[in-house]
Order: sequence, then structure tokens, then C-alpha cells
Amino acid sequence: MSTLLGELTRERVRPETEHRLLVCGGIPCSSKGCREVKESLDDELRRRGIAAEIPVEIVGCIGDCSLGPAIIVYPEGILYQKLTPDDARTIVREHLVGGRVVEALLHRDPRSDEILRQRETMPFYCGQTRLVLRNCGVISAHIDDYLKYRGYAALARALTEMSPQEVIGEVKASGLRGRGGGGFPTGRKWKLVRETPADEKFVICNADEGDPGAFMDRNILEGDPHSIIEGMLIAGYATGARRGYIYVRAEYPIAVHRCREAIRQARRKKLLGENILEKGFSFDLEIRTGAGAFVCGEETALISSLHGTRGDPEPRPPFPAQKGLWGKPTLINNVETLANIPLIILHGAGRFVELGPEGSPGTKVFALAGKVRHTGLVEVPLGTTLRQIIYDIGGGIPGDKRFKAAQTGGPSGGCLGEESLDRPMDYDSLRRAGSIIGSGGLIVMDEDSCMVDLARFYLDFNQDESCGKCTPCRIGSKRMLELLQGITGGRGEEGDLERLEQLALLMKNSSLCGLGRTAPNPLLSTLRIFRDEYLAHIRERRCPAGACRALSRQQGSTEEGTRAEAETVDR
Amino acid sequence: MPKLKLWIDEQEIEVEEGTTVLEAARGIGIDIPTLCYLKDLNAPAACRVCLVQVEDRPTMDCSCVLPVSEGMRVLTHTPAVLEARKEMIELLLSDHPFECLTCERNLNCELQRLAKRYGIRDLQFSGSRNHFPIDDLSPSVVREPDKCIRCRRCLAVCEYYQAVGIYRMVERSFNAIVGPAYNGSLMETPCIYCGQCITVCPTGALHEQDSTARVWEALRDPELHVVVQTAPSIRCSIGEEFGYPVGTPVAGQMIAALRRLGFDRVFDDCFGADVTVMEEATELLERFERGGPFPQFTSCCPSWVRFCELFYPELNENLSEVKSPQQVFGVLAKTYYAQEAGLDPERIFVVSIMPCVSKKYELLRPEMNDSGRRDVDAELTTREFAQMLFQAGIDLRKLPEEDFDAPMGRASGAGIIFGSTGGVMEAALRTAYEWVTGEELKDVEFPQVRSDKYKDAEIPMGDLRLKVAVARGTGEARRLIEALKKGQKEYHFVEVMACPAGCVGGGGQPIYIETNDWNEQVAHRSRRSGGLYQLDRQMEHRQSHKNPAVIRLYRDFLGHPGSEKAHRLLHTGYHSRRLYAPEPLPKKEHKQRVPLR
Repeated sequence: MSTLLGELTRERVRPETEHRLLVCGGIPCSSKGCREVKESLDDELRRRGIAAEIPVEIVGCIGDCSLGPAIIVYPEGILYQKLTPDDARTIVREHLVGGRVVEALLHRDPRSDEILRQRETMPFYCGQTRLVLRNCGVISAHIDDYLKYRGYAALARALTEMSPQEVIGEVKASGLRGRGGGGFPTGRKWKLVRETPADEKFVICNADEGDPGAFMDRNILEGDPHSIIEGMLIAGYATGARRGYIYVRAEYPIAVHRCREAIRQARRKKLLGENILEKGFSFDLEIRTGAGAFVCGEETALISSLHGTRGDPEPRPPFPAQKGLWGKPTLINNVETLANIPLIILHGAGRFVELGPEGSPGTKVFALAGKVRHTGLVEVPLGTTLRQIIYDIGGGIPGDKRFKAAQTGGPSGGCLGEESLDRPMDYDSLRRAGSIIGSGGLIVMDEDSCMVDLARFYLDFNQDESCGKCTPCRIGSKRMLELLQGITGGRGEEGDLERLEQLALLMKNSSLCGLGRTAPNPLLSTLRIFRDEYLAHIRERRCPAGACRALSRQQGSTEEGTRAEAETVDR
Repeated sequence: MPKLKLWIDEQEIEVEEGTTVLEAARGIGIDIPTLCYLKDLNAPAACRVCLVQVEDRPTMDCSCVLPVSEGMRVLTHTPAVLEARKEMIELLLSDHPFECLTCERNLNCELQRLAKRYGIRDLQFSGSRNHFPIDDLSPSVVREPDKCIRCRRCLAVCEYYQAVGIYRMVERSFNAIVGPAYNGSLMETPCIYCGQCITVCPTGALHEQDSTARVWEALRDPELHVVVQTAPSIRCSIGEEFGYPVGTPVAGQMIAALRRLGFDRVFDDCFGADVTVMEEATELLERFERGGPFPQFTSCCPSWVRFCELFYPELNENLSEVKSPQQVFGVLAKTYYAQEAGLDPERIFVVSIMPCVSKKYELLRPEMNDSGRRDVDAELTTREFAQMLFQAGIDLRKLPEEDFDAPMGRASGAGIIFGSTGGVMEAALRTAYEWVTGEELKDVEFPQVRSDKYKDAEIPMGDLRLKVAVARGTGEARRLIEALKKGQKEYHFVEVMACPAGCVGGGGQPIYIETNDWNEQVAHRSRRSGGLYQLDRQMEHRQSHKNPAVIRLYRDFLGHPGSEKAHRLLHTGYHSRRLYAPEPLPKKEHKQRVPLR
């Protein structure tokens, strides 16, 4: 038995006694200056000659983006918030050298006025169930850290105790569904690839995260890249693939760098390559970067891009599971889906289905944003209600304004109105409500948000990201956008809504790929719930939310005034 | 292949596995409309016009790519399906210039036909339209991207059939367009000007440079002596434009029509072809004396020549140095004929009627001036020729049969079959055989080299076993060259024509839109060859070297085949060309689109 294998199959508890500083490297923290904070920490530690003992690392997002730049000091797990470089020097002086926690830099709960020292005590975190994000903001991306936290133990278990069929059986039993947007049962996909005969098969990790506002995949890749490699290894073992690709957007340079490093580390430990753990299973990985076209997240477009051609979607069938990369059976799973795999294998499908409702087991990471106090990545069991996410975890809407709607699933998703606040967030329930879980975008809107403008925003995005291959998406989305621009610009006409619905139906029914088929969703769902708001734009030249600058907010404004205004901001 | 059972519009049928729903439906007489689809060449499922509803599927599907499955129930004309197709056509029209009346493809346009079929009377959707500049800088092909419907057929034929691949999707979303790199000019690409993209374009987005005005002008000019040469294949394709069945030989009426248009002399390019055979067969025998290089490639096809210069310049030595029949004819018209007729060559205006758009490029090549001036002044495609006849009100069907003028109108059967694939090879063999063996051929036909598929053969000629091959389409040529380079094949003489079925399938021939099956399209063009072989059998002389007019030409003017004078006038050389560089051809200004509404 290989020594590494022996180590991996042993239960371990991580001893945490030494000081360690984790600096949040999420997008908001980066833009607020986390790098300067880290430099300041490094400087001060060096100056005091203790840099060697106390490592400082930038990790993936540690959670609540409203606290940035933030750091966590281990072993105590103290979270310091909204730091400046000066604050960083204070922390070194007081906390690390003097042993006194700096109270002034801790988070104070605005509602209870209570000081919250640890991340785990904050409502934003204690409402969450962090499984996929278990290591993010807790460990560094290095393989040694991952191994300390039972990393690659699931792989060891799969290779030693399970046949590929049993692995697939376990994934099927877990009921895991694709986290990238489609929600297709993962086990069934694996089975299809396994059962398609071929001399060569591939596993692709779809890390072409493109939904505006969603960054859970990026966070996992930056914070816990080894969980993805482990998930891909298990997928390769189960499906019979020997080669994998991580298709990641080039706009994620840190993720690309960390994945590359992680692959190198895994190869060095012989967790990638030939005869892994001396069990006769061989698998290796490569990274491919995409140029940031949203449509390349669509499986067939992604494959076109991997082939080195323009990332245009292809008609299906044949499905990639039958005929994918280089014409071979290809498994494509999203980052978050793959991050679930080690947990399922390690703890069993039985534990997994305990979380979440029937048909939608497990957790989902949402990118909570918009009109909510605490924004950031939120991982909750599927079936958690919108109200719990927005009010218990997110801390409610600032200024105590009224909740109006939440957009879920990004540009392919839909809007949920007030009546859906207590609706459990799971695949089937959201579908029934006319939206989707999608990749987990969750944008909260209050009374100041215009639903017509929201639909226009998403349609603008989808229209711009259309590859232009098929007629309904290329021209249909353009015509829809023009109609919406007309409505928000004060030039709406009777019949526009009917034309929009007609085009939306056509796009849904006849587009070539998922992008076109789902592009009308934001429009359709807002139109269903907020039709009156659309009509106010058209008939009264009025934007009830006061967001469309070409229109007045008040009722009964004169037609002429609106027209004049409309012309000044006409796009 | 196992059979599968399914229902289309309640009709139970059994078809082979792998059949598409579209083909299955056509098999039982249900014609689902298509636009981008061209069976066995292009099925991107892009236009979304061929939608059908399969029961239990959440959305509609494109029948052109949907394989049948056991027990499938397909509905092809529910109200929802018909409405969706109609809306699709309306969307396409909403980004299309309404210039049908002034469009090259008016009444021969697949989009127009669909609009008629679906009874489009008004557009429910309208909005902004794309505006791209017209690219008319290339000497042969004009692109009007505003008329492009993004079907990608041009891309497919260029990439997969011709193995050139200058077209790609460029830009994205609403501005996505099929075009050359950076949506620039064809001039700046390795376009070989074969014009196959024109023949598969469903709309008027691609067409040839119009030369009719130039020819009308020449005909009107009393100072000019305008002579015309007609390529071999024209006599078997012009009839289509006047309702004759495909492949009907109408040489006599064609000649009469040309006289009525006002040409001073109506000559036959087959005479030029005969002279080409004399020189090319001589060159082949010289290569045997010199010991190569082999194979000798034919050089009658300017697109093939350009392909070679662009992609395989190392083979320039292998290209026959004899000019194409068009250019052989042109230079002889302005030297030999001028001398015979006592005319000032400056006053002679040579028009050629060709099945080809590449010939417009060829006549502009700087080296094609061996008569001391441009050897050929203007070229008309078969389509442009028909256009002129329509304008002049000349109905081919009502004309008597007339004969070509002497001396350059006298041709042999060998010259006539130049228009078909394998024809140049066969014509050369008919002469070379007799020269090598000194024996007279009992049967001049070489069926070994006649085929619409790639063909090679060994022709015994005395002690010599001549290994020959015939390829059509530069894609096939590329595969052949790669095989030669790897040493898998060895030939002495290879004929290459860039177009499917040879010149009868040329980029300047009548456009046939009655099929959306590429193989059927090629078969249609091949049928034109039938007429050429029929004419060949009727000819008194069927070998170039037995054509009395050719014998006289050499006796009175050139001396002998391969003479110094023949070299000076009838031979040429080739260049290595950069793939993405503008050609040093006469500059032109971009045409401005005149707004019509």
C-alpha cells in the first residue's frame, strides 16, 4: 500500500495552534484594497522579525463582501473588517505581538449593536451551511493544507473500496443535479458517458462562469482548487476518462494561476499522472483558457472553443456525453458540481440527501447582491426560503425599504415577486414559479428598482452575448431589445407587449442553444408579475420606480414633457 | 442499417437509422422548407426555418439535423410550427435590404421564394438593420454582406469542398456575419475566385463582377472590331436560361444569338483549347525527354493555378506552362487573326464567354499581354451572357442554327470536351497517344478518365505506361498533392479543375436552386457534360492535331508546337503568392450603394 494512500485513509484532526493570517482576496475586497492591507501586514511582520513564523495568505472570498477588506486571524478565528494599511499595522502590534484583540476593528451587528469576534458568530455565516465552500477562506490553496482537511480522501476511498459503477451509483443516489444552470442529474450524465463505448473519453470542468454577478466558481477555483481536481479525478475514474480539461475564463487570472499551481502540486504528489495511488488508474489534467464569451459556457460551444475554433454552439443530439471533445464521449460538469463530489463519496449519498428537499438535495451557493445589507456568497441547503436568505442571512434591505423582487439564475433566470418570499428555493419549485436556480445569481430589488429596466438590462446582456449563429437569437433578441429600449425610453406603443411575448415564445421554442432558449426568461417573468409596470411605461409614459430617466415618476405628467425628456436620453 | 418506425403527420413510416426527420418527411412527399441546409455539405441548423414539433419534446427542433428515433411522432405543419417558420422568415427579412427589384438574384432567390411560399405580406417585426460596405475590389466576386442571411454555405463550400477556407463567422450577436478575415475584402485573402460560393449562396450576397456594360460599350463602338469566343461548356448550359432541359446542346442558336447581339466575329474557344492541347502534349513529351518534373499539372483553370501558386508554390514547375484556352485564343486573336484579317490589333476587342468568374481575374494577370496589349478585354459568365440576350430581346428558342466563323471557329471534338471534368486529359491523350506510338487510335475515347469521382488510370502508349489522374475541386487536389508528397501516389499527368464536374459546374454557370442536396446539385451540373460528349461524337475531327484550322495555324503562323514563337505567345510562368496580401491588379473604387427608398 502506498504511504500516501495510508495517510489519506486515516482520520485526522487538524491541530491549529499557530498564528496564521488569511486575507480575503474576493473581488470586492480586491477593489477595496486588500492587497495594500496584505503588504502592510507583511511589512510590519518583517519589521518585527516575525514574518517567518506567521504566514499571511490571500485566500478566496471569505464571505460577507460588505466587510471588506477583511482578514481572519487564526487560531482564534478573529475576523477584522474594513481595514486600512494602518489598521493592519495595529493588528500586528496589538494582536499578534501583544496578544490583545483589537476591538475597534471587529464587526458590530447593526441591529443588536453586539460585537461579533468570529465569523461563525455572525448571522451572515451562522445561517449558512458551508459544504462546497468548506475550505474557502479557511485554508490556503496549497495541497498540504487541503490534505490536512481530508483532501483526496474521497479519491482514495473511491479507488480502494469502490468500482466505477459503485461511484456512479453513489452519485446517482445522492440526487446531485448540475449546479451550472441546467440542473441535469449528474449521476445520469456520468452513466451515459460510462456506457458510451469509445477508445478515449474526456472530463471537462466548466469554469467559464459568465453570469454577471455570480462568482462562486471563481471563489472555489481560487480558494479550494484541489477539491475540483479531486472531483475530476473521481469523475474520470467513474466514467473511464484518462484526460481532463479545466476550461476557465482568462479574466480569472488568479483562478488560472492557482489551478495551474494545484495541478503541479498534485502531479508532484502523484495524485495526477500514471497509476494514481498505485491503483492502476491514470488521469491527467490541463487548463484551457477561454476568451470570455458567455456562450462558451454552453457545452457544445465550449467544445468548439476547445477545438480551437470559434465558440459557436452545435445542434444536439448528439450530446457531448455521446460525441463531444474530438468526437469522443465527454463529461462536462460545472465547478460547483464537481466540488460536491468528494463530499458525496467521502460521507455517502445518504448524508447528502439529508440536506434539501426531495428532488433537490444538497446545498447551493448563491451570489447575494443588490438591495441587501450583507452581500456575498451564501451557501444554504436547497429549499431554504428567499425570506431566510434575504432577511436572516443578508440582514434585510437597507433603509428598511420594501422588497419588490429577486432575480434568480442570472440572465437565463427569472424574477420572483413578493408572493414568492416564502417559496423554498429548489430546482422544481423555482421552475414552477417561472424562474430557475441557474448558476446561483441572486439579486434583490426594492421599490426603487424598475422591472422593465431590469428586463432590458438582461436582454441587453443576452443579445450582446449571442453568438449570432441562429436567426431567432441573432435577430429576435435584437428586436426584443429594441422594443424594450423603446418602452424604457418613452416610445412604447400599444401592441409592444404582445410583440415581445410573441418573440419571446419564438426564441424559447426555436433557438439553437440554451442561451437563446432562456434569454427571454427575465422578460417573461417580469411581464407576468409586473405587467402593470410595463403598461404604466407605455400608456402613461411613467416609470413607477422612477428609474427610467426618460420617464417621469409621477402620474399624469404631460405627454410633451415626457417626449422631450425621452429625446434627450435616447440611446 | 436497421430500420426505425416513426410517425410523421400521423403517417407511419420506416426509415434507416441515421436518417434525418427532414429526409424522412421528404421521402413521403412532405416538403419541409430549408434555407441554410445543403445536404452533405452544410447543416449548421442556423436559419431555423425547417422547424418541426416532435411530440413530448419541450421545444421545436430543426428537422435538418434531427435524427429519427424509434416511435418518434413528428408534426410538420401544426399552426404553431407554421407560425414559427413564418416569424423566422420575417425576422430574416427585418434585417434584409428590400432591394429585390434591383438584385442580381431577383426571381432566383431562395429567401424571396420562401417569403412567397409563406405568404409574407407585412413584417410584424422591424428595427435597425446591419450595414456593411459592399466588397467589389476583387476582379471576380462581389460581396454584398447586407444581403447575407448567415447560412454559411459559402463557408462550407470554401472550407470543405475547396479546402481553401477564406470564410468564417466574424463579429458576434446582431453584427455576426459570414465573411473573410476581419470582414475585409476578398482581395486581401487567398480567395481562388472559383465562385463556388456564388453558386450556393441562397441570396444575392455573392455574385460576379458585372462586365455586361463594358461589352455593350464595345459593341456600340464603331471603331472596334469585336470578336467573341465561347467556352466549350456554354453551348450546353446557356439553354437552361431559356427553358431547355439541362445539358441540351444549343451551339447553333447560341452562335446566331451572338451575331444578333452585334459581334463582328463569332469564334470558338474550343479552337484555343485545341491549340492548348498541341502545346501541352508537346510539353508532356518534352518532360519525358528531360526527365521531369512530374507530374505535369494542367493549367487551364485559373482558380486551380492560383490555388497552386498560393498554397503549393513549390509545384509551380509542375504546372503546365501553356496558357489556358481563353488566353491562347486571346493572344492569337490579336496576332494571328489580326494578321489574317488585316486588322490593327488595337482595334480588336476580344470578349470571352466563360462558365467562370475566375477568368475575369485571369485576363487581368499582368503577364497576359503577349500580343503587346491586354490579350482578352472582357469576360462574360454564362449568366451575364443570358442577361444580355434578355436585354436585347433575343430568344434562343426562336433562332436558326448557325455556324462559327473561320478561322478561329473551327474546333475538334477534343476541344469541345474541355468543358467536362476529364476532358482536358482525354483531349491530350488523343493527341499524345498518336505522337508517342505513331499509330492511329481506332477509338479516340478514353472512358478510363471520364467520371464524376476522383479517377486515375494507366494508359499504355507503346513502351510507356502513362499514369494519369483527374481531380476536380481544389479540396480533392489538395488531398492528391498531399498523397504525392507522401509518395503514396505517382503520376505523369494530372488534370485539375477547381469546380465540381469541371467547367460545366463553374462559378459562372446558371444557378440552380431547385435542390438543397449538394450531391444532387453536382449531378445537375454533370448533366451538362452529356451534351458535350454528344457534340464530340458528331464532330468530323475529334483530335486537336487533326483539326485543319490548327494545322493551318502552325503551318502559316506558329511553325511547330513548342516553337520559339509558340513559347513567346502561348506559354507563361507562375509566381509564389502570399496568402494575405492584396494583389497588384488595377485599382477600383468602392461602389456606393444608392439608397432606393
